[in-house]
Amino acid sequence: MMTVMRGIVHKYKRANIDTDVIIPGPYLKIHDHKELAKHAMEGLDPQFPFKVAQGDFLVTGSNFGCGSSREHAPIALSHAGIKAILSPSFARIFYRNAVDGGYLLPIEVEEATVDKISDKDEVEIDIKQNKINNLTRNESYTMKPFPELIAKIVEAGGLMNYKV
Amino acid sequence: MTITEKILARASYKPKVVPGDVVFTRIDKVMMHDVSGPGVIKVFNEWEKKGKRFERIWDPDRVWVTEDHFVPAADIVSSQNIIALSNWTKRYGIKRHYKYGLGQYGICHTLSHEEALVLPGEVYVGGDSHTNTTGALGAFSAGLGHTDIAYVLMNGKIWFKVPETMMFNLMGTKPDYIMAKDIILKIIGDVGTDGANYKTMQFSGETIKQLGMDERLTLTNMTTEAGAKNGIIEPDIITDAYLRKRTNTPYFPVIGDPDARFSEVYTYEIDKLEPTVAKPFSPGNVSAVRELQGTEIDKAYIGSCTGAKLQDLRLAAKLLKGKKVKIRTEVLPAAQSIYIEAIREGIVNTFLDAGAVVGPPTCGACCGAHMGVLGKSEICVSTTNRNFPGRMGHVESQTYLASPIVVAASALTGKITDPRDLVN
Ligand code: SF4
Repeated sequence: MMTVMRGIVHKYKRANIDTDVIIPGPYLKIHDHKELAKHAMEGLDPQFPFKVAQGDFLVTGSNFGCGSSREHAPIALSHAGIKAILSPSFARIFYRNAVDGGYLLPIEVEEATVDKISDKDEVEIDIKQNKINNLTRNESYTMKPFPELIAKIVEAGGLMNYKV
Repeated sequence: MTITEKILARASYKPKVVPGDVVFTRIDKVMMHDVSGPGVIKVFNEWEKKGKRFERIWDPDRVWVTEDHFVPAADIVSSQNIIALSNWTKRYGIKRHYKYGLGQYGICHTLSHEEALVLPGEVYVGGDSHTNTTGALGAFSAGLGHTDIAYVLMNGKIWFKVPETMMFNLMGTKPDYIMAKDIILKIIGDVGTDGANYKTMQFSGETIKQLGMDERLTLTNMTTEAGAKNGIIEPDIITDAYLRKRTNTPYFPVIGDPDARFSEVYTYEIDKLEPTVAKPFSPGNVSAVRELQGTEIDKAYIGSCTGAKLQDLRLAAKLLKGKKVKIRTEVLPAAQSIYIEAIREGIVNTFLDAGAVVGPPTCGACCGAHMGVLGKSEICVSTTNRNFPGRMGHVESQTYLASPIVVAASALTGKITDPRDLVN
């Protein structure tokens, strides 16, 4: 896992973006990750997979990923290109799926930080420093540090690689 | 310690845990279904590609597999998934594979209690978010994604952060025409869909003592909709009677200490509760049925792990008896055993006589997969647990979540209806 990542922000400021929106029910039978990526965020923005480039970020309202335990949700987002999500809070299963599967980083930030970042801003996330640098706006924000175990799992690249 | 803390402490070989502790916990039972199962298999396959061999899984006797989301096979992809799942359970000697069309089968959460697969005091994880349901039996039950389930199948343990517990004291006698669904919708409306994020929702109080197991299961099922890690009810004589009808296996119940600490304590006067629904597009968007009287609907759905247990069917049928539905009404019992009992009790005949269709147990329409998907303009009143955009079909279709009694009353009028207005 790289400790400094740079990418473009895709912002959906709504709170409670749920897993049915991120990857609708009919696609749950699909287990091909590339195929799932084509339907990422279909319930909110069908153009999403075409807008995102590898290494981009999502900035969203609170309780992101609420709803079902479908791991298809972080899989679809990460294979569409998203490498980190900045939100004031995440639903618990989405959070642990994202981390344990090693798909992408769920990063908790203040509500105000979400307000300050705009769609298409270029942002740098520095996990070691717990800092987010908005290169477009020349601003810096803090992120909530990962709890100890989460940081270790992130470093290992997922729970399967983590040695207890 | 609370019941949840005590169960987690015992399973992580610690004398004591406090909320916030991260523990690696021994697992007693594991479930996966036809959506999470293929995901688990994929994780195993990827590790085998990297050169790891899995001759066996941790404990095939503690695992069960269900076919529920896409049965009867909705298309070729679904049937291929089920074939892959069947081969996998055979390869690893998992005897409990509940197959569609082969005796008992049904929705994963329904089987966990119908078949007494989970017992009080156990730690149970399932590859589905509503695994919380089984907490009504006094177990720690939590949903996980398929990587975590694969990890459990390899190692027999998984990490948990010990949650804080929110206590919900339910007081008073439950009025007629009010069900557990009304109670939990009211609670979710108050705490919000992220109000219990990372926490435990525990239910207690005199109302709980009057509620049968099917009703208790509705409460814990929908704790997921408030973001809870688990929902739980301390086991009592109702729990024991329920289990003793289904299994002889001894179990070791756990209850909380008298000085257990709760992060929040809520008290609800259930005798004053009104029939309640959640409007589109959130389970937290609740309203009294009375405020929505007259809202026209196209379809009534009685199904899912939340709202198609035996008691749900009984109470819906009681209201429909001798009457005719005005809109399309679909009834899908949650498990084959419930279907059979509903036939024995004449409940299925009541539904058929009323003009409803009764289908095979399946998740089907609950997650918009098949078996009655909603079109763009359609509005449904449903006993299920979620009404996010697109949950039951087209993103613009609308779902109102309600109790089986309210759904039955609404089926009779074609409008959202307070059942008390029909009987008076
Ligand atoms: S019935 Fe609905 S809520 Fe229950 S397990 Fe199936 S899809 Fe999930």
